[in-house]
Amino acid sequence: MVPRKFEYFAPTSLKDATSLLKKHGSDAKVLAGGMSLIPVMKLRLGSPAYIVDINRIPGLDYIKVAGKSVSIGALTRHHTIETSKLVRDKLGILAETAGWIGDPQVRNMGTIGGSLSHCDPSGDWGAAILAVRGSVRVKGPSKERVLEIDDFLVDTFTSALKDDEILTEVSVPLPPPRSGGAYVKLERRSGDFATAAVAVQVSLDAKGVCSYAGIGLTALGSKNLRASKAEAALLGNPLTAKAIEEAAEAAAEDAQPTPDPLRGSAEYKTEMARVYTKRGIELAVQRAKKVK
Amino acid sequence: MAKASKQTVSEGLQRVTLTINGKSYSRDVEPRLLLVHFIRDVAELTGTHVGCETSNCGACTIILNGKSVKSCTMFAVQAAGAKIETIEGLAKDGELHPIQNAFWENHGLQCGFCTPGMIMQAYWLLKENPNPTDDEIRMGLTGNLCRCTGYQNIVKSVRAAAKEMR
Ligand SMILES: Cc1cc2nc3c(=O)[nH]c(=O)nc-3n(C[C@H](O)[C@H](O)[C@H](O)COP(=O)(O)OP(=O)(O)OC[C@H]3O[C@@H](n4cnc5c(N)ncnc54)[C@H](O)[C@@H]3O)c2cc1C
Ligand code: FES
Ligand code: FES
Repeated sequence: MVPRKFEYFAPTSLKDATSLLKKHGSDAKVLAGGMSLIPVMKLRLGSPAYIVDINRIPGLDYIKVAGKSVSIGALTRHHTIETSKLVRDKLGILAETAGWIGDPQVRNMGTIGGSLSHCDPSGDWGAAILAVRGSVRVKGPSKERVLEIDDFLVDTFTSALKDDEILTEVSVPLPPPRSGGAYVKLERRSGDFATAAVAVQVSLDAKGVCSYAGIGLTALGSKNLRASKAEAALLGNPLTAKAIEEAAEAAAEDAQPTPDPLRGSAEYKTEMARVYTKRGIELAVQRAKKVK
Repeated sequence: MAKASKQTVSEGLQRVTLTINGKSYSRDVEPRLLLVHFIRDVAELTGTHVGCETSNCGACTIILNGKSVKSCTMFAVQAAGAKIETIEGLAKDGELHPIQNAFWENHGLQCGFCTPGMIMQAYWLLKENPNPTDDEIRMGLTGNLCRCTGYQNIVKSVRAAAKEMR
């Protein structure tokens, strides 16, 4: 379990980090929490010649309200998000998602920016950020871009990041009153990657009609998917048991799972998409009704 | 985290200086050296175990700047400047730490291979949450595998330690 040799850099500014990435191109990799990259290097599934450790760059680890959004620095650890009072109060779905990731030691190191950049279709963050329609800020040597999460998640282990870009911030709009969210996950055993998981965020208007619906899927496609048909089934409707059942059926159509020899056939996963979407919506609605 | 040593010492090696249990260690190492091997082979503190080397078992759990981490899933160079605590640092003046004592009293170990990691993880858990429920203890230890005890006595030990430490 010894990775191949590499050269290690620990720059202390984004400018230095991006110029190192530019210089070394696809031979270089950013190191954040290392909870995906280091296992990959140890198994020699990937052997970057240059490692650019961004942990010594100050100012990438924060959670704050900025205007009408909550901004989360890319280096913020899963555990910090899980236990943040701000997140729990304003965007409970994110704290709940963080708590489902791996185990406590993984959550102490792993970062939200690393997870999203890694683009693992079984990763939990992508689905949650789809559900809340977040965006990401990425910085290159000369310019900065902001991308909607739908455009950032491209394919299996493929994000929209260029070789010389670093994800610096995740930004999520603050939900209106009467909003609620849930992350529901089926796993073989505690700490495992999802067999299937669903992120749901809803808002209700004063009459109980659904004014916002966001649904993201984990381990149900070649990347974290938006369940668009399921969202459409909720939006503009009162969230009756029938409407929820229809949305759950629609989520099973949105899901595009590939069979996984470890975690279940495509048929099984599709059925779990339905079951877990139903449970997720029910929980999110319950929570939306309690929030003033 | 403290400043990294930028100095490149000799071809391919990098100077890593860090503190383990209050004592400073410095060595020129390859960047690919895992932290657990720095701890075991350079610092010669073999209490921290290597179980799976695949980030699953938690036998290599240590405390890095106050947080529990799996030292097999981190390079030593990442820990330059860090303050590390390992199982060897818990007993003070020949007195077992209350968590160690509780594992002893409650048969929280059989072969003992998982124990250093279990105890370091429990140590972090009880700092975060001094009064955990049994469920919280179990969730707090999901990153640590034990092949012997069936976990019952580990949970019991952590519960007893929590009571003792409050
Ligand atoms: C035992 C175990 C269980 C796990 N279980 C789960 C789970 O249940 N659910 C889950 O979602 N994840 C799980 N993970 C993965 C974990 O969440 C990782 O933390 C996460 O996938 C990657 O984040 P990281 O900060 O560790 O990134 P790293 O491993 O450091 O990097 C991952 C990739 O992203 C790139 N990268 C990192 N940060 C940036 C950035 N800011 N800008 C540009 N590129 C960047 C790296 O170059 C690399 O390619 C598990 C990991 C382990 C070891
Ligand atoms: S040896 Fe590190 S987790 Fe098993
Ligand atoms: S006591 Fe043997 S592995 Fe835990």
